[in-house]
Amino acid sequence: MRTTSKLTSLILSAGVIAALPFTAYAQTATKKADPALVDAYLKATFGKAPPEWQARIEPDDTLKTCNLHRNDVPSAEADKIVKRELAKVVFPADGKLLGDWKQGQKIANNGRGGQFSDDAKTENGGNCYACHQMEKAEVSYGTLGPSLTSYGKDRKFDPAEVKNAFIKIYDSQAVLACSNMPRFGANKVLSEKQIMDLVAFLFDPESPINK
Amino acid sequence: MTRTTIGWALAAILFSSLNFAAYAQDASEKEIERYRAMISDPLSNPGFLAVDRGEILWSEKRGTKNVSLEGCDLGLGAGKLEGAFAQMPRFFADSERVMDLEQRLLWCMQNIQRLDTKDVIARRFSGPGKPSDMEDLVAFIANKSSGMRIAVPLKHPKEQEMAAVGEALFYRRGGVMDFSCATCHADEGKRIRLQGLPNLSKAGKQPQETMGTWPTYRVSQSALRTMQHRLWDCYRQQRWPIPEYGSDSITALTVFLQTQATGGEITVPSIKR
Repeated sequence: MRTTSKLTSLILSAGVIAALPFTAYAQTATKKADPALVDAYLKATFGKAPPEWQARIEPDDTLKTCNLHRNDVPSAEADKIVKRELAKVVFPADGKLLGDWKQGQKIANNGRGGQFSDDAKTENGGNCYACHQMEKAEVSYGTLGPSLTSYGKDRKFDPAEVKNAFIKIYDSQAVLACSNMPRFGANKVLSEKQIMDLVAFLFDPESPINK
Repeated sequence: MTRTTIGWALAAILFSSLNFAAYAQDASEKEIERYRAMISDPLSNPGFLAVDRGEILWSEKRGTKNVSLEGCDLGLGAGKLEGAFAQMPRFFADSERVMDLEQRLLWCMQNIQRLDTKDVIARRFSGPGKPSDMEDLVAFIANKSSGMRIAVPLKHPKEQEMAAVGEALFYRRGGVMDFSCATCHADEGKRIRLQGLPNLSKAGKQPQETMGTWPTYRVSQSALRTMQHRLWDCYRQQRWPIPEYGSDSITALTVFLQTQATGGEITVPSIKR
């Protein structure tokens, strides 16, 4: 997606002089809403929610940039985001990144948690299957994210790739600015242990993902 | 075995191993399609029971004024129902607000009937043993636009403001999962698990087919559901806070989506999973 957007911006900047009158027209045709006005609308709709819930839709610096550019961030902004988000990743104290793949399999299948219909005791899942193909045997998978079948095997179970996967799950935007994927660790959706279990689901040679 | 037979056998083995997953996928999608066609038969659509209940509610005298809703102006004149839903949400001069059908009905109950709407709002979404006046009224009134095309006015500055804010909200990320509407509805041919996702970011066929089929009877919920409920449920799945019923962000999103769906044919109540 980013490659496409970069290509588009390249073409756009190359043709900017020729297309100037058109650009000016396009900008007047699509009026952008004033951010303060959008906030007033949000207040009208979500203003009665408990403060901790309202805080969840208060965009941090990263999401402010993503919202502004509708995820198509210019590369300088993207670099800033990746740097900022990478600083949020906390690795396990003992350096061990692989947990229990069987637990990881359950977490990947669990779509509960974080919804206003959940109670406080609900254990959060990763809901990975909503967007990713994982085990070949599971046909009910989504396609918003890439397929993860044979993930560890395809990467020859390389420890450097294990670390990359931990980072990606902990904070997707530490790898790709404005990624659509949640920042599971940084946003405290999943615990360190749960993330390790998911990494094991991807990398354990015994995991059905690699069979 | 002749060479041809061996050739066929080999081809079959190759074909089945290589294409089994794609085949299974195709088969299950065809099955889902068949199910959709089956439940789309109006005679077997329980959503039409809601239409009938709504018709009774529309002409029932209620409130301290003891009048029906027939004096309610849904944009085309008092009591005029044909085509009104196709042009909503819209700006209403008497309330100085852009309103969707549900907001407008509440306004009419409060201002024309002088009905205390607390109970109506408490039953905004039906449940077992808890019928919803709003769902029934919307089913009845929206059905009066069936066969017509979506055409929100977008003339008044407030209507234009709603469309612009709705678009911004569509792309606004938040909640513990950082999700926006666009996370799921801005790309072609994507799915969540097996559920296909319409791309609502581009005006045309997909928003037309989506917006033209609400309100709908949801088989999985055994209830007729309105766009207010659909967006409430979207925000739930987005891990956002509970949106206030009949509030401005929901209407703004509806204006934006209706704008994307301009020209789409309305066939309601539809029936969905």
